Amino acid sequence: MANTLVDRHNLKQHARKEPKDGDGRSKAEGWRRRGPLLPALIFTIIVTQLPFLVTIWYSLRNWNLLRPDGNQFTGLQNYVDIFMDSTFRSSAVNSIVITLGCVFLAMVLGIIFALMLDRKFRGQGVVRTMLITPFLIMPVAGATLWSISMLNPSFGLVNWVISLVGIPPVDWTASYPIVSILMALVWQWTPFTMLLVLAGLQSQPKDVLEAAQIDGAGWTKTFLWVTLPQLRRYIELGVLLGTIYVVNTFDQIYLMTAGGPGTASANLPFYIYQRAFLGFDIGQAAAMGVVVVIATIIIASFALRLIFRSFDAKD
Amino acid sequence: MTTTTTPAPVTPTTKSDERKSREARRRFTGSSITTVTWLLAFIFFSPVIWLVMTAFKPESLAASNPPVFFFVPTFEQFGAVLAGGAGGYFLNSLIATGVSTVLVILLAVPAAYAVSIRPVKKTQDVLFFFISTKMLPVVAVIMPIYVIAGQLKVLDNIGTLIILYTAMNLPIAVWMMRSFFQEIPAEVLEAASMDGAGLIKTLRTILMPMVTPGLAATALICVIFAWNEFFFALNLTAANAATVPVFLVSQMTSEGLFLAKLSAASVLASLPVVIAGWVAQKQLVRGLSMGAVK
Repeated sequence: MANTLVDRHNLKQHARKEPKDGDGRSKAEGWRRRGPLLPALIFTIIVTQLPFLVTIWYSLRNWNLLRPDGNQFTGLQNYVDIFMDSTFRSSAVNSIVITLGCVFLAMVLGIIFALMLDRKFRGQGVVRTMLITPFLIMPVAGATLWSISMLNPSFGLVNWVISLVGIPPVDWTASYPIVSILMALVWQWTPFTMLLVLAGLQSQPKDVLEAAQIDGAGWTKTFLWVTLPQLRRYIELGVLLGTIYVVNTFDQIYLMTAGGPGTASANLPFYIYQRAFLGFDIGQAAAMGVVVVIATIIIASFALRLIFRSFDAKD
Repeated sequence: MTTTTTPAPVTPTTKSDERKSREARRRFTGSSITTVTWLLAFIFFSPVIWLVMTAFKPESLAASNPPVFFFVPTFEQFGAVLAGGAGGYFLNSLIATGVSTVLVILLAVPAAYAVSIRPVKKTQDVLFFFISTKMLPVVAVIMPIYVIAGQLKVLDNIGTLIILYTAMNLPIAVWMMRSFFQEIPAEVLEAASMDGAGLIKTLRTILMPMVTPGLAATALICVIFAWNEFFFALNLTAANAATVPVFLVSQMTSEGLFLAKLSAASVLASLPVVIAGWVAQKQLVRGLSMGAVK
């Protein structure tokens, strides 16, 4: 199929310059065009797709490293088991809560910061540099910074700040594990959404804004009716890419709560890691991995096409 | 969408007075917005300040209640981190990040060239294939990778990390480089491809100079993600190939909590990427959006 499409395209392109150069020539031409793509394509297929096929294979086997008699073919038994597993379901819910919560809050903060930065003021560059820094801090360092220096119940900075207004100390990571994880995650990802929204703000045609101002629209009206619609695709892109990145969160959970207390704050990546590397249940962990991949691809594929199309259409 | 609003209330002042007061009010709101901006930025940035402050404290003042804000800064903790064998981890991170970034560029540039020069329906599919691998949760492939690497005897091996980091960053790099190639006028691409010169020569002499800024931006993004990567490093390395994030975690768990030393290690671990990101701020947004936002 591909060949005919490429060939037809090439023939159309070259119709005037090189009439009747035959099928062989255009086939070679097609390979010459596709050739540079192949190393990257083959490398990606080998490193990412082959292991996933093995994961599917594992997911059909009853393989637990703690049970030497295992490792037989069990069909879909692992899939049945994981759907009966209430921790798998609660981890899925946590994944959704953490991802959507982080993306939503980071987007709201990002829009506020971007609006603040989209005007000329003294020290603009410094403020911008300060605001992007949390994204550049190594996530492992950021997670320990939050879980120890900021949120520790006895000497954390956050408890000291709230004690100034008379609130008694809170054991953040034990009492509010997901809130604690969200603090670290939102802090890390806000610069990302901020930069996207700022790019959107700066791409606004200035004459439209001026026209709105001359027509007597106040700041709120201008923002709601002119700026926000302009920003829509930037916000969509931020939500989509943010979701892709944040749904795989592991570092913060591993370091801040270890999924606890119990499994209260485990998301799917962390729970699968636990099943595989601490529970040695390869078969079930693999089955969970397959389910997660299928879910991710279903959700993301149509959204990706939609959004990148809207950006490409503009170019 | 604009609506007519009621005109400003008429005040018994002359026109120039009114303009003056409006000007003053605008200047006032302007400077108060600036103040709020600085305040919010400071609050948002304060964990970084706190991290750096803690790194310069003697251990006795680090985990204290109430927190200590004024102290004589010391380099003691940085010295302790460097003396504690951090060098090997930094070298591993440097190799894994540097080599994987070079490999990514070498693979991504020809690929991006191929999908930009004459986009057809099929190249769209290839592009979406690349990006779909980015959505593949790494937990879904870690077990086979662990088992296969064990059988090939390449566990705890920098080469394994290099290959995985290359695969991890390749989709982003292809998308980014494509967005830079798309900025080259079609005629130039056409002429380069019709020239009959070899691919490598065409790329090197005609196209590369035009996309050098793009190349730098792409490399920056790859460096950030590879340097900060933790999951593969945690599961696939031990004494020989462990990278900086693994070192940081070992600081936290092995010998109790030394907060000032951990903070110094965190500062050192984050410093390369923070500086690179500060220097290349303008390129960051394009990289993070995979080239979609210019």
